[in-house]
Amino acid sequence: MGSYKLDYLDQLESEAIHIFREVAGQFERPALLFSGGKDSIVLVHLALKAFRPGKFPFPLVHIDTGHNFQEALDFRDALAEKIGEKLIVRNVEDTIKTRGLTEQKGKLPSRNGLQTYTLLDTIEEFEFDACIGGARRDEEKARAKERIFSVRDEFGSWDPKRQRPELWNIYNGKINKGENVRVFPISNWTELDIWNYIRREKIELPSIYFAHEREVLEFDGRLVATNEFITLHDDDVVSRKVVRYRTVGDMTCTAAVESNASTLDDIINEIIATNTSERGQTRIDDRVSEAAMEDRKKNGYF
Amino acid sequence: MDILRFLTAGSVDDGKSTLIGRLLYDSKSIMVDQLEAIERSTKNKEEGRVDLALLTDGLRAEREQGITIDVAYKYFSTPKRKFIIADTPGHIQYTRNMVTGASNSDLAIILIDARHGVVEQTRRHSIIVSLLNLPHVVVAINKMDLVDFSQDKYNDIVIDYSQVAASLGLKNVTYIPISALNGDNIVEKSTAMPWYEGGSLLNVLETVEVHEDINLTEGRFPVQYVIRPQTEELPDYRGYAGKIISGIYRKGDKVVVQPAGIESTISAVEVGGQEVEEAFAPQSAVLHLADDIDVSRGDVIVKQDAPVQVAQEFEVVLCWMSNTPLVPRNKYMLQINSRNVRCVVKELEYKLNVNTLEKELSPVSAGLNDVVKATIKTASPIAFDTYKNLRANGGAILIDETSLVTVGACMITTEPQEKPFWPEI
Ligand SMILES: Nc1nc2c(ncn2[C@@H]2O[C@H](COP(=O)(O)OP(=O)(O)O)[C@@H](O)[C@H]2O)c(=O)[nH]1
Ligand SMILES: [Mg+2]
Repeated sequence: MGSYKLDYLDQLESEAIHIFREVAGQFERPALLFSGGKDSIVLVHLALKAFRPGKFPFPLVHIDTGHNFQEALDFRDALAEKIGEKLIVRNVEDTIKTRGLTEQKGKLPSRNGLQTYTLLDTIEEFEFDACIGGARRDEEKARAKERIFSVRDEFGSWDPKRQRPELWNIYNGKINKGENVRVFPISNWTELDIWNYIRREKIELPSIYFAHEREVLEFDGRLVATNEFITLHDDDVVSRKVVRYRTVGDMTCTAAVESNASTLDDIINEIIATNTSERGQTRIDDRVSEAAMEDRKKNGYF
Repeated sequence: MDILRFLTAGSVDDGKSTLIGRLLYDSKSIMVDQLEAIERSTKNKEEGRVDLALLTDGLRAEREQGITIDVAYKYFSTPKRKFIIADTPGHIQYTRNMVTGASNSDLAIILIDARHGVVEQTRRHSIIVSLLNLPHVVVAINKMDLVDFSQDKYNDIVIDYSQVAASLGLKNVTYIPISALNGDNIVEKSTAMPWYEGGSLLNVLETVEVHEDINLTEGRFPVQYVIRPQTEELPDYRGYAGKIISGIYRKGDKVVVQPAGIESTISAVEVGGQEVEEAFAPQSAVLHLADDIDVSRGDVIVKQDAPVQVAQEFEVVLCWMSNTPLVPRNKYMLQINSRNVRCVVKELEYKLNVNTLEKELSPVSAGLNDVVKATIKTASPIAFDTYKNLRANGGAILIDETSLVTVGACMITTEPQEKPFWPEI
């Protein structure tokens, strides 16, 4: 047969499948946190490879901020239906009401902070002991230090100084009552790896990842889709542009990029040529402070 | 295109972070906004050059103290390879992080400051590289710009380090004189050191042969999970899901399920949900057995032609990673691949002084970062290999039974016993 050499994408895939199966083997009540973005879509694809022809040993869980793109929500429902797996949706809107939380004010009110409350409530409701997520270490400096099995206390907090050493491919998922683990199977993938994998595996994505025309507001050098959550002023510059999304999060804090890339090949070429990081270009909430992500994670953010 | 995982080791200020920053920068893996962020936080703006170290010194505490306190993973790629870097700190008290980084690496870059030569820390880091049996070592002699790019200085250090390498049995050692700050011999060959005949660091990283490090002869398949759909279409499907950590598996292969020692035959091999002729390390796969036997998570499906060791008592070299000392007779959990068993650490044979390589016999305990030789007894048998022969099935972790934290890294040293030719009388 062949040369018994694995391509880098096969190596990454195999590692991720191994992590998925460790979760299945070690935990009683895991969940796959599904956001509708490309990383979590890749996670679902990897889970299919890890567990088919069996069922997933976990439900898909979506924490809906209420600020999501309709395209992403439709895609989420269609995907869950197609693969025949259970989808649990919990709404930040409800948490705001029941807990009397205060919404951010300002031009682009973000629900990123509030999302944490809903997530922690959902973890408690279903007694999830492990939550699988699509974070990658190349996204951000604080992520670069996080383990693949990341133990959180009951407040969901990440303490970088208390991380367990993670040796070889041995994952210690033992936890005390009240603790849970966040698991990141695609920790070692970069944005480009994700796109190359999507292309190779022919994975379907929501349409907003590809070039389309949309009304956008120019804000602080970025393009934000106009929507009902944004208050427009007379001096705001709004125009129709051909754009695509590099990440898909909340409408209020995810920026679009001007692009004509309508195929995966186009997108990959653009990413190779670009000189701005994924978060830098599209996440409005990270720029607030250098340590923004670190703080959010300590507070239980995914 | 494949993957090379490496780590950088060196004393504080030898230039690890600068080197990594340089590799990322020169391979165009640093984006404009990330550079801007560094520029914003670079204190010495008058120097007029960005501090590349800030790229890896990620956490706030580190930026405040100016030291790296944990393992950070960084990524870059060239058309030849994807690289995964474990940036491990040089501080003495963080040796456990280096062990962690080394456990997943194919190669170690050991940095030496050309002005200081081989120092205690160099020795300590090299011991860890040797204990974890990394197949490749690059000794990067840094800050050559501060010693006038002197060939004599370089040669002296090479001679010194060769002795360290020989005493530790390090394999495949390559020496490169560099200046991480200026980029000499990092991506391009430096014109400042025409006397150096080898390749640039990146060139070495791109070409070092790692595929041969994968063991394709001794089949080991730790079962992680059993797939049993129990649906109408698939009432009897029973697939053992796991990752082939070494060897090749084909339909028809004779196997032994360990530690129970039950023999069977592979009836089908699947990868990614498709039936395939064969699968090999490090692929994740699903194996089916011809016989209806009891196999579950923690078992290892071993190729019959390459027996594994099965025992309840074995010797390990152990790196202690907890502030709470290791006390002989204490009970822990031992995890080796997917198997988790209770164990007791019996006597400590010796404690290794990582500076002098001297052995303190029969120590009463071991503290954080100590390396000890110990005997472990498990509550039930495990299937393992000698770490130095088969890394993928010779490493295990110890977990504290109450805090549930990972407290130790074990490298199994017990060698297979030759079976006596005929029974002893
Ligand atoms: N002159 C010179 N200085 C260097 C070189 N490499 C690193 N440095 C400096 O040495 C100091 C420590 O570097 P850093 O990368 O933080 O070391 P680390 O502690 O090993 O991560 C910094 O001031 C660097 O600018 C080099 O090749 N030449
Ligand atoms: Mg550093």
